Amino acid sequence: MEFTHPNFYAAMPEIFVLAMACIILVVDVFLSDRNRVVTYLMALATLFGAAVLTLTLHSSPTGVTFDGMFISDAMGDLLKMFIYVVTATVFLYSREYLAARGLLRGEFFVLGLFGLLGMMVMVSAYSMLTLYLGLELMSLALYAMVALNRDSVASSEAAMKYFVLGALASGLLLYGMSMLYGATGTLSIGGLSERITQGTSNDPVLLFGLVFIIVGLAFKLGAVPFHMWIPDVYHGAPTSMTLYISSAPKIAAFAITIRLVADGLGGLHMHWQEMMIILSMLSITVGNVIALAQTNIKRMLAYSTISHIGFMLLGILTGTVAGYSAAMFYILVYTLMTLGGFGMIILLSRSGFEADRLEDFKGLNERSPWFAFMMLIIMFSTAGVPPTVGFYAKLAVLRAVVDIDMVWLAVFAVLFSVIGAAYYLRVVKYMYFEKADDTAPLAASLDMRAVMSLNGIVVLALGVFPGFLMKLCADVLG
Amino acid sequence: MISLTHYLVLGAVLFCISMAGIFLNRKNLIVLLMAIELMLLAVNINFIAFSHFLGDYSGQIFVFFILTVAAAESAIGLAILIVLFRNRRTINVMNIDTLKG
Repeated sequence: MEFTHPNFYAAMPEIFVLAMACIILVVDVFLSDRNRVVTYLMALATLFGAAVLTLTLHSSPTGVTFDGMFISDAMGDLLKMFIYVVTATVFLYSREYLAARGLLRGEFFVLGLFGLLGMMVMVSAYSMLTLYLGLELMSLALYAMVALNRDSVASSEAAMKYFVLGALASGLLLYGMSMLYGATGTLSIGGLSERITQGTSNDPVLLFGLVFIIVGLAFKLGAVPFHMWIPDVYHGAPTSMTLYISSAPKIAAFAITIRLVADGLGGLHMHWQEMMIILSMLSITVGNVIALAQTNIKRMLAYSTISHIGFMLLGILTGTVAGYSAAMFYILVYTLMTLGGFGMIILLSRSGFEADRLEDFKGLNERSPWFAFMMLIIMFSTAGVPPTVGFYAKLAVLRAVVDIDMVWLAVFAVLFSVIGAAYYLRVVKYMYFEKADDTAPLAASLDMRAVMSLNGIVVLALGVFPGFLMKLCADVLG
Repeated sequence: MISLTHYLVLGAVLFCISMAGIFLNRKNLIVLLMAIELMLLAVNINFIAFSHFLGDYSGQIFVFFILTVAAAESAIGLAILIVLFRNRRTINVMNIDTLKG
């Protein structure tokens, strides 16, 4: 048997992040609490370095290396760039929040970087083996992050729930993978799609595996009826961990859904389309309706996430390139909005005060008109009000759905997003039309304020000029 | 002669037992962790059986990775369990209910 050297250049960003995460882990041991900022800066530098590497190696065409385990393509590069930006924003938002609660330890950044590495592997996975390893690397880092606040009852409980349901999801996904392996005799995603299109697509073993794969992915994405962990985990975890869990991993989960379901199992489209229709209809309904009843804004945003996942699945279930690129646009825009929403909770919080109830947003306009306006943009965008970017994301997905003659599904989605608009507008009402209970000035530092403002402006600017990002999403998939 | 079907049935039975363990168990979180391990072992049996009958080794290699990840996973699970126990003084599944809404 012959051994060929893999093309290490294709995986250079991953190798760099791994090396830096190990270095930071060691360096952090020698730092005192006063110098913890060094860890933080090194983590940001790692993200910057990885972005530079991804951009410079971008020129190489689609290549499969490591014996067909790893793919580097335009879609992977774009998603990775977004994951870097999102992770960097999470680190920027979190530093002060963690410092005020005595949680600013190296573990947060190291676990964050290992989670990032897992996501990068997921994005570039071209075999069920690498896909599973990336998923587990990400999940294990996230479980530990949720439990990082060791003295909090809510955090440890959230971590336990996240762990049990996350492990269950991995188990289901793996069982599905074993069935796919048995039916096709290959672990490679390319091989999978080849053997399915060659004929045996009515094989019951294959369909049995497909069901488990879809259920496992639905668990990871948090689609109804596999959503029960999302509100509890988002609520119980410290806000900066919630910020991380709710943003970058969704991009990675989108990537594995595209790779495994759309690429690998594309030949079974008519079978998984039905399952995804049910998942997305339930997610849009349950997410929007239950969010109306929430008084905790973290829980409310958790249910809002569930409904957004439903919308994203609408794009994927079309099975067309236009649908995939609409779903990709949707998930990228969603991460920007979720960063803004949870970032604003961090901005309003201070030591001993979490700002996670809806009432805590009362009278924000009197306290800070600028940040009230930023929150207004973000809430309008999540609700899908023009001219914010959330509107174009919904429009693109709905157009893709109408194009495959499923007008009833599009009408259903619009109906429930109108119901959903009510709870976003409630936040706006609290900010602008109620008296503030708490008139203390905002305690956030300058860098936090700057990034938060930038976040809001990007959401608005992308809404005015959505063409660029939309074209990018269409190009990388086309 | 033991055929592929026998192995798959064994895998499916183990998988069902572990699912029942996760959803019906109302007492002890450690039983939950055991059920999760059992689920991964059920998957391993599937992989090895398929690998043997297909004459393809990649399934067996996958099993090595699953075993390694399962070890890491249970380490993190037990660590979270200890944190939870120190905060709550209980590992009863019924009492894990402070987060609601």
